Amino acid sequence: MLSGISLGQYIPGDSLLHRLDPRTKVIGVLAAAASILAFANWQGLVLTALLTLIALLVSKLPLGIILGSLKSLWLLLVITFLLQAFLTPGTLLAVLGPLKISREGVFAAGEIVLRLALLILIAFLPTLTTPPIKLTAGLESIISPLQRLGVPAHELALMMTLALRFVPTLLQEAEVVISAQRSRGAGFTTGSPAKWARSLLPLFVPLFAGALRRADDLAVAMESRCYRGGANRTRMNALKFSAPDYVVIGVTLAVLAGVVALRFI
Amino acid sequence: MTMTESNGTGYLRGCPESQDSQLTAHDRDEIFIAVEDLTYIYNHDKAGGHRALSGIDLAVKAGEFLVVAGPNGSGKSTLARHFNAMLKPSGGRVIVAGMDTMIPENAWEIRRRVGMVFQNPDNQIVSSLVEEDAAFGAENLGLPSEEVKKRVEETLRLIGLSQYAKHAPHLLSGGQKQKLAIAGVLVMRPSCLVLDEPTSMLDPAGRVELMETLIRLNRTMQVTVVLVTHFMEEAVLADRVVVLSDGRIAVSGSPARVFAEVELLAELGLKLPAALEIAHGLRKRGFSLPQEILTMDDILAYLKNN
Repeated sequence: MLSGISLGQYIPGDSLLHRLDPRTKVIGVLAAAASILAFANWQGLVLTALLTLIALLVSKLPLGIILGSLKSLWLLLVITFLLQAFLTPGTLLAVLGPLKISREGVFAAGEIVLRLALLILIAFLPTLTTPPIKLTAGLESIISPLQRLGVPAHELALMMTLALRFVPTLLQEAEVVISAQRSRGAGFTTGSPAKWARSLLPLFVPLFAGALRRADDLAVAMESRCYRGGANRTRMNALKFSAPDYVVIGVTLAVLAGVVALRFI
Repeated sequence: MTMTESNGTGYLRGCPESQDSQLTAHDRDEIFIAVEDLTYIYNHDKAGGHRALSGIDLAVKAGEFLVVAGPNGSGKSTLARHFNAMLKPSGGRVIVAGMDTMIPENAWEIRRRVGMVFQNPDNQIVSSLVEEDAAFGAENLGLPSEEVKKRVEETLRLIGLSQYAKHAPHLLSGGQKQKLAIAGVLVMRPSCLVLDEPTSMLDPAGRVELMETLIRLNRTMQVTVVLVTHFMEEAVLADRVVVLSDGRIAVSGSPARVFAEVELLAELGLKLPAALEIAHGLRKRGFSLPQEILTMDDILAYLKNN
């Protein structure tokens, strides 16, 4: 039941996007998000939409997966659209009882939904095309310059790595605990919310106790394998920028510059 | 293969001879871990500390397969954790490859030389990718990525996990997870493996798989193996067995010599392997089976010849 949950939504593949350095994808997405949210007027939006479309085509992801990322947030899109359409004053288009729809409202709503949809599509691309462990390495590398300011970059990355590693294990354990409690007559799916919440207690207590025990064991095992923090550590798969990375970073930054130019010039 | 280092330099040369009366001329070759009058007390500084080990004298020789057996609470895990400086003696001393575990600067080199594998396979795997987990120890040593990659490939091939390099560890069987844990320490190129009840959470098939791997590493790569276990079946395969009871060595010697102490083992709640149980039964009925009988095959061979 629980082990069906997959962590991250990585879809294996061999597209240009899959092969890019994870840092490139993070930088690209940040640049795209900045263009979409902060600077784009409608010409800028067309430009970023074009960029997003090209990125989606290059990723060679199945259409179903791409639409799936939008589907998970469709309610947000619909509500945003309705709020914008109904609450913007202007030339009346239609009246539904107490609700008035204005021309300006429809335009504003269309624009903001387009922005959101583009943002969602582009933000999902790195997680869809990068294994979580590589993404973690990329994030560590990006925030590591902040280490001098006291940001524990290595520790944060290690926490993410360990979380990725242990979530499936804890889910398996949760299943065992649920079965054990069920076989003794506990119900996890019935009753009022309050009763339901209380019924989760016998699940979480053993789960937390188990997690703490695991953490203890793991610390000893890691120390036994000569782990002593991030200093002097090397990585087997060292991150390396290659030609396509520079091209992609160049293109996304150019688009950002273009969008800013379209806005202010 | 180059799993064992050239052990010429670091080893104990002029260390005092162990008091273990079992030692023969051959046994005195090269001592890798020397335990001298080791005492360990949990919560040493507080009142009501628990004495887990008292007066242990033991020498682990380079290249030997040593089994440390004993019932729960006999102190065998505590002893194992002294071998890689995870615990420091309350009394006496532990010398690993010439390095005293009491000196903090030695700890990391000792841990590189003595690879430790633990009971629960899940709780010692750090990465969600098999090859990344195997690389962890080598990465911690600060080796260049090319060297790490080479060692990981070699080690996974050696241990038979190459085809799972890109898999998630939680999809491996228990036996495979323990083999991954072994691979995870072998990348540090240790000369000795210490395994703390590695088979106790495995099914019988996984147990056999793991024992075969250990024997192969010991016989073909001369890796010193210290196996802590309460399964006496595993002791049959060892060069030497040390049985702990209540923090002391109750009996030690070759498997045949240790298994001859039927009453003592029974008293400690250690179950004899089936073959030895049968041999013991036959002896009680008046058959005079030789002491060297350890396996079913030995019994069959004996019965055929008589």
